[in-house]
Amino acid sequence: MRIRTVVALTGALALSLATGCAQGGAAGSSADTVTYWLWDANQQPAYQACAKDFERENPGLTVKITQLGWDDYWTKLTAGFIAGTQPDVFTDHIQKFGQFADLKVLEPLDDLGIDDSTYQPGLAANWMGQDGHRYGAPKDWDTVALFYNRKLTTAAGLTAAQLNDLSWNPKDGGTFEKAIAHLTVDKNGKRGDEAGFDKNNVKVYGLATNGGGDGDGQTQWSTFAASAGWTYTNEKRWGTEYQYDSKTFQSVIKWYFGLAKKGYMVPFTDYNSQSNQANTQIASGKAATAFDGAWMISSYAGFKNLDMATAVTPAGPTGKRATMMNGLADSITKDAHNMAGAKKWVAYLASAKCQQTVGSYGIVFPATPDGTKAAVAAYEKKGIDVSAFTRPVAGEKAGGKEFATFSYPITNYAADVYALMHPAMQDIFGNGRSVTSLDRTNSQINLILDQ
Amino acid sequence: MTVASTRPPVRPPRGDGALAALFVAPAMLGFLVFLLWPTLRGVYLSFTRFNLLTPAEWVGLDNYVRMVNDPIFWDSLTVTVEYVAINIAVQTVAALAIAVLLQRLTQSAVLRGIVLTPYLMSNVVAGIVWLWILDTQLGIGNEIVAGLGFDRIPFLADETWAIPTIALINVWRHVGYTALLLFAGLQAIPNDMYEAAKVDGASEGRMFWRITMPLLRPVLAVVLIMTVIGSFQVFDTVAVTTSGGPANATNVLQFYIYGSAFGRFQFGYASAMSVALLVVLSAITFLQYRLTRAGHTDLG
Repeated sequence: MRIRTVVALTGALALSLATGCAQGGAAGSSADTVTYWLWDANQQPAYQACAKDFERENPGLTVKITQLGWDDYWTKLTAGFIAGTQPDVFTDHIQKFGQFADLKVLEPLDDLGIDDSTYQPGLAANWMGQDGHRYGAPKDWDTVALFYNRKLTTAAGLTAAQLNDLSWNPKDGGTFEKAIAHLTVDKNGKRGDEAGFDKNNVKVYGLATNGGGDGDGQTQWSTFAASAGWTYTNEKRWGTEYQYDSKTFQSVIKWYFGLAKKGYMVPFTDYNSQSNQANTQIASGKAATAFDGAWMISSYAGFKNLDMATAVTPAGPTGKRATMMNGLADSITKDAHNMAGAKKWVAYLASAKCQQTVGSYGIVFPATPDGTKAAVAAYEKKGIDVSAFTRPVAGEKAGGKEFATFSYPITNYAADVYALMHPAMQDIFGNGRSVTSLDRTNSQINLILDQ
Repeated sequence: MTVASTRPPVRPPRGDGALAALFVAPAMLGFLVFLLWPTLRGVYLSFTRFNLLTPAEWVGLDNYVRMVNDPIFWDSLTVTVEYVAINIAVQTVAALAIAVLLQRLTQSAVLRGIVLTPYLMSNVVAGIVWLWILDTQLGIGNEIVAGLGFDRIPFLADETWAIPTIALINVWRHVGYTALLLFAGLQAIPNDMYEAAKVDGASEGRMFWRITMPLLRPVLAVVLIMTVIGSFQVFDTVAVTTSGGPANATNVLQFYIYGSAFGRFQFGYASAMSVALLVVLSAITFLQYRLTRAGHTDLG
């Protein structure tokens, strides 16, 4: 009798747990809900505003937005694909796109009628898979510029005009190296370009570091490599061979990491992706300048008691200034619980109206030119000059005489490339390994791509 | 024949077998679902190419051949062994010292509580806290180093320092718990042995080597087996502090397995490395068990 009671209770508990799980299993989806994931908490209010307008235009449809930190985001998304609890729509990154396309977990978006010319150049085309289908609707864009602490540059006698007119080359570093050497100050007050400078006891470095930069070097070496005429792969998109074995590339890397050896750039040992990134080095007064992306504008502008400004990237041996122009997109998962609603929502996210709304928050540059204008105006209202980020895009559009923008490398096996290049670049930067070691890494990568 | 073996076996009261089975059932279910099945499936997956989202494809021994020829796997194994060696050596000696001091010098429950405090913190939190303390530029630990007139030490950013630092962070977190386990073992040693030895004029050092160590051996052996297994599975502290860097210097095996599976979607290869780790750990545990005679006690 007693046993029967226990069994009955256990059964009831198991049943309630099972039904509870089943209810929670569909990630809150239903015919009238569209689930949407993003990773940037700063952007959530802007997209919440878009969702409100969308719900007004589409009675009966509700958008449920979930924000997760960058690392958890991709792990949870992967787990979601397996467990069937993935969102209907998610913010996608070009670095992950190739792998997701390969795993066939994305829904083609060809029927959304996305027109490339509606968006800033190159943004829409990046989301075309090798099979000719579109897998992402352009969302926003970012470029890289040189953030600088105006107090320190003024003390060094460098004007905004000078900082916007720097050039570099891998032989003597050009006016760029001269500038950051002059901005470097040792513990005795000697500048990096003065006799008696003690490179082992630097108080303020001319340039902050964001580490080795893996395979893309977005905020590290990419601006230099590209302005020297180098490209990541043999094709603009979906290349089959990486070019880390190029002599041009290796000479750029040797010079760039050499800045740390000379004492002008924060050394690798001081960098930590968790606790001491370039922005922290600037905020703590340990560095005078830093290359960083547009997504960091608000962070730098928010530093208390620091007067920050930005300058365009230095011109390279090609005579042009180069910056990576990266863009995010919205993708729909292949097994979306609410496919019809998801398509409507993605079309709305990519529309002029939503992009204007997002732009008005002054957090990110939306993918449409009008959305970008709205963002520039919003930044201006906050007293932030963002021309160092927008000029390269406008300049490229106008004929590209001064500026060249380039994209993240888009290939298959991006995760494998990262796994090989991440330690390889750390080895060169941190351990002083020869740049020619990249020859072997490059062969390994190309072998993987050749599979 | 001993006296005990001639006694009739004690039968449990009738009807209790079913109840016992019921009580064991949840644990058995958990064992089957969360341990045995994943282990068997892991072994199966190690013979396949599997990316989670498409069906596994049988590739025979390919993953094992790749593993044997993969220099990063061997590097990871070396790094892991280095970590385990430092962690176990320092932790065991420190824990033993703390346990003996606790037993011989104090009976204070407050002190025992203080010793255990770091263990109450999660590995992730401990990792983050130490990451900040040891930061080369901004950490208070390095401020002290600089204040003492030394060069700042890149504890987690230099390949020479990184593994010892991670090992010591984990020693800091676990040493209290290990000390308490050993302390419990020490409590089981009858006090009259020490008293008799004292009467015979034995010093504290002599009593430690002649009484404490031999009688503590079974407990010490079990503690060592547990800490070695736990150390080989180090992951969270690495993930939080160095992410395997600089340049793979802290790319311990668990981290490499995780990266291969969840970063590169190579679940088959990751499973093969997990099976290798299982074999290594089983062999070490068996050897340790035999060498330390963990199942035997010198107490009468």
